[in-house]
Amino acid sequence: MPLFYSFFKSLVGKEVIVELKNDLCICGTLDSVDQYLNVKLNDISVPDPDKYPHMLSVRNCFIRGSVVRYVQLPAEEVDTVLLQDATRKEVAQGKQPQKSAS
Amino acid sequence: MALNSLEPLVGHNVSVVTADGRVIVGILKGYDQTVNMILAQSHERVYSSGAGVEKVQLGLYIIRGDNIAVIGEIDEEMDGEINLADIRAEPLNTVVH
Repeated sequence: MPLFYSFFKSLVGKEVIVELKNDLCICGTLDSVDQYLNVKLNDISVPDPDKYPHMLSVRNCFIRGSVVRYVQLPAEEVDTVLLQDATRKEVAQGKQPQKSAS
Repeated sequence: MALNSLEPLVGHNVSVVTADGRVIVGILKGYDQTVNMILAQSHERVYSSGAGVEKVQLGLYIIRGDNIAVIGEIDEEMDGEINLADIRAEPLNTVVH
């Protein structure tokens, strides 16, 4: 299973802020995630509702993975050491050692 | 699966934010794994800073998944409380990949 897919799955139920590539930020509880890193958020709010009233009648939403710029995570829920080890392991498995040019 | 979570929305009113910043509201009739969407009895909600939100009737629409940013589940109660004519806001920005 892809690393970041399982990583996001471990954050289900947590509060996150998703910043989109159209600059809109959506805050909500992570409900689910899929292989494309599409996310579903529940009980959403927008930090600046006067500027962005477009989501006022929406409580739950689905965000297409391709338009996500950042996901702000609760720091206490992320084991960065574990994540770093996992990314290194993945790189080590995926790549053969580079031959040095002679 | 986030994609599967769209299934219960079929037959319900959804608000789709497109990559070019438009907001289209309609009844979700179907979707596929690239998030192409079919909306029935749809209308666009045109936001502008100079006037209230304008509704433009569109009818039956297919929106290609590539052009979709957000699909919001419209809460009819919350939607009923909002007076769109009073809302003034710049349109949403376009998605820049």
